[in-house]
Amino acid sequence: MSYDVPVAPGEKAEIEETTELSGESWPMWEVFVRARRGISHVHIGSLHAADAETALENARDVYTRRGEGVSVWVVRSSEVHAFEPEAAADYVEANEKVYRLATAYEIPEEVGQM
Amino acid sequence: MTIKSVTSLLAHADDNMVLAQRLGELISNAPELEIDIALGNTALDHLGVARALYTHAGNTEGKGRSEDELAMFRTEREYTNLLLVEQPNGDFAHTMVRQLFFDAYQMELWRDLSTFSDTTLAGIAARALKEATYHMRFSSGWVTRLGDGTEESHRRAQDGVNALWQYTSEMFEGEAEHYHPAWSTTIESALIEAGLDPVADPYQRTGGRSGFHTEYLGFLLAEMQWVQRSYPGLKW
Amino acid sequence: MIGDMIVAQQMPEPMLESVPTWFVVLGRRPVVAGTGWSHRVDVRSGGNDGFRANERSFAYYGVMSSEERFQTIIDAEDKIEPPDWMPEAYRKTLIRQIAQHAHSEVIGMQPESNWITRAPTLHRTAILIAKVQDEAGHGLYLYAAAETLGVRRDEMQELLHRGKHKYSSIFNYPTLSWADMGTIGWLVDGAAITNQVMLTRGSYGPYARAMVRICKEESFHQRQGYELLIRLCQGSSEQKAMAQDSVNRWWWPALMMFGPHDSDSTHTEQSMKWKIKRVSNDDLRQQFVDMTVPQADYLGLKIPDPDLRWNEERGHYDFGEIDWEEFWRVVKGNGPMNRERVAHKVKAWDDGAWVREAAMAYAKKQAHSAA
Repeated sequence: MSYDVPVAPGEKAEIEETTELSGESWPMWEVFVRARRGISHVHIGSLHAADAETALENARDVYTRRGEGVSVWVVRSSEVHAFEPEAAADYVEANEKVYRLATAYEIPEEVGQM
Repeated sequence: MTIKSVTSLLAHADDNMVLAQRLGELISNAPELEIDIALGNTALDHLGVARALYTHAGNTEGKGRSEDELAMFRTEREYTNLLLVEQPNGDFAHTMVRQLFFDAYQMELWRDLSTFSDTTLAGIAARALKEATYHMRFSSGWVTRLGDGTEESHRRAQDGVNALWQYTSEMFEGEAEHYHPAWSTTIESALIEAGLDPVADPYQRTGGRSGFHTEYLGFLLAEMQWVQRSYPGLKW
Repeated sequence: MIGDMIVAQQMPEPMLESVPTWFVVLGRRPVVAGTGWSHRVDVRSGGNDGFRANERSFAYYGVMSSEERFQTIIDAEDKIEPPDWMPEAYRKTLIRQIAQHAHSEVIGMQPESNWITRAPTLHRTAILIAKVQDEAGHGLYLYAAAETLGVRRDEMQELLHRGKHKYSSIFNYPTLSWADMGTIGWLVDGAAITNQVMLTRGSYGPYARAMVRICKEESFHQRQGYELLIRLCQGSSEQKAMAQDSVNRWWWPALMMFGPHDSDSTHTEQSMKWKIKRVSNDDLRQQFVDMTVPQADYLGLKIPDPDLRWNEERGHYDFGEIDWEEFWRVVKGNGPMNRERVAHKVKAWDDGAWVREAAMAYAKKQAHSAA
């Protein structure tokens, strides 16, 4: 496959994942773009920058080169909070309360569209 | 005057062309991928302005010369860009200081020309002003960051200021003189913000507008014009 | 298949309580693996009060291990997302593939940036800058995708610089004429697209999303390259010769981009099962040749392969054997430009160290004075 590098005979397939770094790296930022007025900002990708100002500038350059957006947000990735995967059970209940769904109720046909 | 002279249009076109060429040299050499992309955008903006101005100059001149003929078949002595933009990229501090000096000048220039009676030029200027505003934010931001970053970055930024200062007053020759005060104010406060010292040495070098360049331009043009001049008259 | 098995049995109550680390999977309808079954409800033991109360709406359920659940998600053509459990080998395979893909994009900037200052027209200069810029962007998207697997971008970069990570061999060939800018777009990006369209359907969410974005941008790359070559091929004899020479040099390296024969490919089977890879090397290569030969005919360029001919019976082009010795030589680091490419990257990185440090130092000062 095109950008995959084949493993030469006698070489290890696994590549190294970590190494000692000489310098401190720029933190990661999550980028949200509003594609056009009237809709929400949507997560579009990530990048690295030393501060919010450069993160914004970079986000504009990296993610809106083809007119993909009219507004950009950046959020430091470390400031995004999420449940641990184990907490996925929390979503079960919501999924089971079918009475929340409009489709759970039968309305006689003669009543018409509701 | 309702239309800028062809000479003047070409001078502005050359400024943007030569700077685009310099920035183009940097792509794949930046300190981070994000900066490669940013420099690419700035290069494309300057290139876009150069193309629009060459085309406008060609039309104004009326001899049917296209943007490519104007860019590729004029010699070093015929190019009338500022000496500032032809200076080699140096390190990232040099590149950003050069950009800051030039952006601050272009802000004044485009603001002025965007209300010019030549509507084609005014249109080009209005668009270029938006781009220059962005470039200025980028370059002044980085000059501040470098000036107020580490000891090394401060030294390099100061070196850049010291080395390039001698090419600044050329921007304000002739009719551009009235841009000088605003430019000086902008640059002064940018340097203060960055903790950088102004340059005491009054020496200024000029000549770009009359085709009397530093020796760097010849190589830049040789590279840029090589294909066209090796195979003249072809379509690419 | 797992899907069939779990829905077929009613889950015994005690089992639910005794296997706290297992997932309970519920479905509304019988499962045929890979079709329409929903795994969207996961319960980690306990929580069975709600479950019992809704037994009516969840007629089918069962238990499965993390590993089974993982494969079920993949079989259902759904995506694995960063917080999900995944086998360590899957994670490693992905890191390898995504990092190498990212490195390829980034190193791939060099052969083209080599011509930015020499493009023959201002229009072509603009196109080329935009294209190389896209490649930086692609590298960036891909590094970010790899970072979701717990590896940092600067670590990957560092490993590339030290020669511990590789990138696609295609970029170890030099760009020697303007026509190469066309050929790279047409053949190299063309070969990449053949592969990348498949990758948008890959099982790992962040990688697949990055690929969707990349593919959109990549079609500009291929088209501008082909258009560039049309111009040359309709031009003077010198221009046409330039185009032919370029295709002569790039054709075989482009075919090599698809990797070794399936029979010699080490980890194809597992990657196919995990849907990291969805079409085999040889199939992709065939697809590429079939697509490209008519395009070469249109240009009036000759593909440098005496064995190339249409096979009516197979409905495909037959083509000659790749020089596998050259292939492995370049993979192992002894191609024409391997050393220069890495040296260029290392220099840019090292030269930029003080800039990256300055930005961090400044950001810290600002944060400090704001606090």
